[in-house]
Amino acid sequence: MKKNLKYFLPIIVIFCWEVIAIVVNNEFILPRVESVLAILAEPLKDLFGSGSLLENAYMSIYRVVTGFLLGACVAIPLGILMGRVEWLDDAIDPILQVLRPIPPIAWIPLALAWFKIGFGSILFIIFIGAFFPILVNSIDGVKRVNRTWIETAQIFGASNLQLLIKVIVPAALPTIWTGLRVGFGVAWMSVVAAEMLPGTTSGLGYLIMYAYNFGQIQVIIAGMIVIGLIGLCIDFLLRQVERRKLHWQGMER
Amino acid sequence: MTLKIDHVSREFVSNAGELVTALDNIELVIEDQEFICFLGPSGCGKTTLLRIIAGLDTATSGRVVHDDHEICAPDPKMAMIFQEYSLYPWRNVLENVAFGLELRGIDRDTRIKEAERYLDLVGLEDFSRSFPYELSGGMRQRVAVARALAVDPAVLLMDEPFGALDAQSRNMMQKELLDIWNKTKKTIVFVTHSVDEAVFLADRIVVFTPRPGRIRENIPLNLPRPRERTSAEFASIRRHVLDLIDETSKSGKV
Repeated sequence: MKKNLKYFLPIIVIFCWEVIAIVVNNEFILPRVESVLAILAEPLKDLFGSGSLLENAYMSIYRVVTGFLLGACVAIPLGILMGRVEWLDDAIDPILQVLRPIPPIAWIPLALAWFKIGFGSILFIIFIGAFFPILVNSIDGVKRVNRTWIETAQIFGASNLQLLIKVIVPAALPTIWTGLRVGFGVAWMSVVAAEMLPGTTSGLGYLIMYAYNFGQIQVIIAGMIVIGLIGLCIDFLLRQVERRKLHWQGMER
Repeated sequence: MTLKIDHVSREFVSNAGELVTALDNIELVIEDQEFICFLGPSGCGKTTLLRIIAGLDTATSGRVVHDDHEICAPDPKMAMIFQEYSLYPWRNVLENVAFGLELRGIDRDTRIKEAERYLDLVGLEDFSRSFPYELSGGMRQRVAVARALAVDPAVLLMDEPFGALDAQSRNMMQKELLDIWNKTKKTIVFVTHSVDEAVFLADRIVVFTPRPGRIRENIPLNLPRPRERTSAEFASIRRHVLDLIDETSKSGKV
């Protein structure tokens, strides 16, 4: 019974939702399960002229991937450098510690001031969301590379570049990968928030906000479910890569 | 080939801010193809000396000369085997053994062939596709030995290589190392704190005293191999070395 709880609980939750929806009997507060399912069943259907679920999901994914890759491209090299060069780490760390706890959403006004409404500011928010977790994990991963691995390479006459490519990066990769996973999660949350900004005309965040204006609660919930599922799928993919390629993790002997 | 350790001293500042002499004026000549053991309690500087020879650490004064050239950085003619955690877990056994050759720019086919040859020498030819975490401690150290040998060094530096193994694998590895040494005729500098291990393996034992690390005695061993741990000669040398260490550790405490 306990083992099956994880399968039962969603069914119970959905059942309770349905019961409450029937009792409340108000589609503007809590729509019935089937009306949400009806929206999900037709992901290609245009919703009040704002594009379909799929189109908007594609837009959000496109934005998040672009911003995320941009963040990773800056954060990983910087992290590796900071992990290796102590004075650089000492110099940058205080700024990092101050900036890191600022939620990506708090950057929205500044993003608007700098990049105006549109793709630029959304990208900036995603970049910020992805950047810090990736950077912090990259630094940490590089710093914790087993000293014997480094010295073994030095004994064999490794150049600094060889040391970096053949030892430091592969050794730090599991930690960097964790950073990428966390960073992607934050980026995904940030994109949905950023898309709720006025002036945005596409994306899942936009869609659910727009649906609110029409009182289309079933679209809001359907959109939220899609947001959750996409986040889950991407994390699952990243985990799979981790399991296949970084299988040695935690088995250092 | 000789390895000359010329008045080497090494000092460092401890966490408490005191100046500690880890090695004090060490003088030693290691002959070609010699199997030499550095023996002493932990903290006597034997590992520090090995690291200086390896070029991983630098002497405060004095120098290490190998074939007329001074060691300031890791030398291609030397290879080192660490106590543990030296294999790369993301590489399989074969790729680990080929690592040194890869760094030296040897092409793939050649280095794989060489790596296979040395895996054969250490008896692990069937494990070339395994990953380090799938091997026992003794097997991992054999991979480390094969990897060191693959770059064809003149000197093998070994830092308590069997220290993390259980007694049985340890004895087996000692025998295999002597076997490999016979076949390859390398000079071996072997650091250990086990008297038994040193007496079993070495042509010569260098006994160190702790803090400051000095050479207490140079003991040449003329026992024929294979050595019998239970023989009377073995026991008498063992006793002599143990007495030396006892004495130095006592004087160290006063």
